[in-house]
Amino acid sequence: MRLWREASLVAAKDLRIEARSRIALGQILPFGIIVAILFAFALDPDSGLLTRVAPGLFWVTVLLAALLAVGRSFAVEEKSNARDGLRLTGLDGSAVFLGKMAAIAAELFFLEILLGIAVVILYGVEVNGVVVLLAAAPAATLGIASTGTLYGVLAAGLRSRETLLPLLLLPVLAPVLLGATRAFEGGLEGAPSDAWPWVGLLWIFATFYTAFGVLAFGTLWEND
Amino acid sequence: MPLVEFHSVVCLLGTFPALAGVDLQVEPRDIVLLEGPNGAGKTTLLRLIAGLIPPHSGEAQVFGLDLFKDRRSARRRLALVGHESYCYDDLTVMENLQFTFKASGVTGMEINSVLERTGLDGLAGVRHAHLSAGQRRRLALANAMVRNPELLLLDEPHAGLDEEGRACLHEIIASAPSEGRTVVLASHELELSRQLANREVRVESGTIVKSGRGEL
Repeated sequence: MRLWREASLVAAKDLRIEARSRIALGQILPFGIIVAILFAFALDPDSGLLTRVAPGLFWVTVLLAALLAVGRSFAVEEKSNARDGLRLTGLDGSAVFLGKMAAIAAELFFLEILLGIAVVILYGVEVNGVVVLLAAAPAATLGIASTGTLYGVLAAGLRSRETLLPLLLLPVLAPVLLGATRAFEGGLEGAPSDAWPWVGLLWIFATFYTAFGVLAFGTLWEND
Repeated sequence: MPLVEFHSVVCLLGTFPALAGVDLQVEPRDIVLLEGPNGAGKTTLLRLIAGLIPPHSGEAQVFGLDLFKDRRSARRRLALVGHESYCYDDLTVMENLQFTFKASGVTGMEINSVLERTGLDGLAGVRHAHLSAGQRRRLALANAMVRNPELLLLDEPHAGLDEEGRACLHEIIASAPSEGRTVVLASHELELSRQLANREVRVESGTIVKSGRGEL
């Protein structure tokens, strides 16, 4: 009970900071939309190629935006050494992990909804399996957020964190990109039944990294 | 039982021995002044007591808790005012204090009384980013006090404070023993600090070279 109370406290704090600073709304969201628009310009909509690659483009855009969100989540802890303040409260490292992960996931989910609308309008894709999409998107989002939070704290104490984070994170997230793209292919233009094994993979990935983060984050958080 | 008990404690920052065999005892309700030249190891010693950095060797206990095994439990009962405010730029003074208050699971402390005591009562709705350097120092002090700590660690607490801020600080330090609080402060403002401290410890090159009641 205490773990969830502490985690919700951290998540509420991070979301309040984001709402107040408007970095997520003012930079990360426009970044995602601009990337989607650029792809629409770069790939000829008439050839049908844009429709076929739309799931992959969607999740690549989400991954790039996730890098910004994760970096931002740990950057707010560096200013005025708030990280030490957070450690001094004696909060459980697992609670900090779950709180930060929840805040990043909420930001990404908000981005995905708006980006999804943009992709349907700009790329002209059809939605065949809403249930598949609704099952795949939260799993992929949790997978990205849990992995991002774990690698975010690993890179946070380093001088080269801005460049190191993508190098560490993107290879690990390759299974999420693959699974989410395949699941969305099934849910959009393809057959929804083909997507379910990929949805299962995404949930396994998200569960594994969330559990791993709950166990490992505290040690990384403590050892600055 | 001493609140802080260190025997031959070594603390490494990377490979550099910032503390090279420290012996220190702090009794409950003491007000201890750490003094010494820049780079002597005062800040490292305070951060070590606060459980923010781990000891490398020796025996280190705070509240009877072994800092080799359980730094987090010790941290729940103390507060540190460091060189920075430990607050979030985009949160207001009140929001920062409320977060610390809730996260620390404190009882028996009212945020409004801490705001009054630190002279921040008119700034509750102002964001940290909009505070002056002196006001941030006061907020750092308030952020520590809102946790109702048994042990208050102060690192150069006079820096950046105006006369009114110093008066608030001195009131908090002077009333600490009667409130059941112990204070360890590192300061270069020796005249001011000696008026408050009942014990003085001199730190040089990562070791304690002198320690005693009153001025050394």
